[in-house]
Amino acid sequence: MSAIVDLFSIAAIVGGAFFYLAGTVGLLRFPDAYTRLHALTKADNLGLALVVIGLLPQMSGPLAAAKLVLVWLLVLLSSAAVSQLIARSARRQGEGRR
Amino acid sequence: MTTLVGAVIVALLLWLALWTVVARDAFVAVAGFVVYGLLLSLVWVRLAGIDVALTEAAIGGGLTGALLLGAVGRLRATEAATAAERAGPGLRVLAALLALAVTAALMLAVLSLPDPAPTLAPLVVPNLPATGVGNPITGVLLAFRALDTLLEAIVLVIGLIGVWSLAPDTAWGGRPGLRYRADPDGILAYLARVLPPIGIVVGLYLFWAGADHPGGKFQSATILAAMWMLVQMAGLGDTPRTDGGWLRLGLVIGPLVFVAVGAFGIPAAGAFLAYPETWAKPLILLIELALLPTLVLVLALLMNGPPRRHGGAR
Repeated sequence: MSAIVDLFSIAAIVGGAFFYLAGTVGLLRFPDAYTRLHALTKADNLGLALVVIGLLPQMSGPLAAAKLVLVWLLVLLSSAAVSQLIARSARRQGEGRR
Repeated sequence: MTTLVGAVIVALLLWLALWTVVARDAFVAVAGFVVYGLLLSLVWVRLAGIDVALTEAAIGGGLTGALLLGAVGRLRATEAATAAERAGPGLRVLAALLALAVTAALMLAVLSLPDPAPTLAPLVVPNLPATGVGNPITGVLLAFRALDTLLEAIVLVIGLIGVWSLAPDTAWGGRPGLRYRADPDGILAYLARVLPPIGIVVGLYLFWAGADHPGGKFQSATILAAMWMLVQMAGLGDTPRTDGGWLRLGLVIGPLVFVAVGAFGIPAAGAFLAYPETWAKPLILLIELALLPTLVLVLALLMNGPPRRHGGAR
């Protein structure tokens, strides 16, 4: 049983790491602020979500697991808000208009 | 494996430090500095210094980064002129030599440390129960080295007075900075309504947990001040008038209570800042409780900067 749980954790965390990698490549390679933000928020949302899901069965108890979920929700909230603010400030500075 | 991760973090740290120093643009340098602070807190986690890691993340990366960003914003107008100025070759060589000499001296000092390094930790551990607190960091900061912490709190208040003294005479006692304007239905206002309740709970928890677990007034005060700044930046609340009686009382209450408890130690335990055996924990908690509003106010008002607007009639 525990081997299956461990396999699940490894698969989910590797999946999360893949999204982080993809997001970082996008951040480095995409042409303007909006597409870079698009790449970055995917990494934050899906990558962190998969890492948290992978870690959940490894936690010592429901309280520790709840803290992990809370961290994920807080990161979601702040990354969604901050990416909108960055996009707005990029638009105000005329980025992306040709 | 862990050695590899450690090596990667150290390499990244050195690279970031270099990047921060050589960056031509001040904004880029500050961005590098913030990331450097966060990475450094990871190092502290790996060294099992959770208290230091929390402080580094909150103050080193977060608050100092925000203060530096404010400074960058104020220097923006003159930055191009400063960047165009280049010192002569003689001065540059001299500066490089001086920096190298300081680095070499530091390296020598680190390398010549006796092994094992001199430490008072074995003395602290058996004496910690006498303070009544379970977190050795809190015990050291508020019992064994209380004088350092007292001076630190006073220095912060003096620093704020220094910032305030930059205010023009007409604005003295008025509100710092410009009033932030933001879309009242925008995402920032939304964040400033959703996040502070959570942040206040987390901040107070860190404060309360600080007696027995990693945490404490400094990390807690940084989070609380950040929540206040968020509300201000979203335009939901104005910066406070700097001549308010309650505000000024809150600014000095921490050092005042600290000194009063210290003076109480002279008759009660025979020395300034000594705690009578059975009273140690309540006295330490009292000091922490009094320092909390001082730290929150000082940190937030340092971010706000000198008073700029006259508040009008009281």
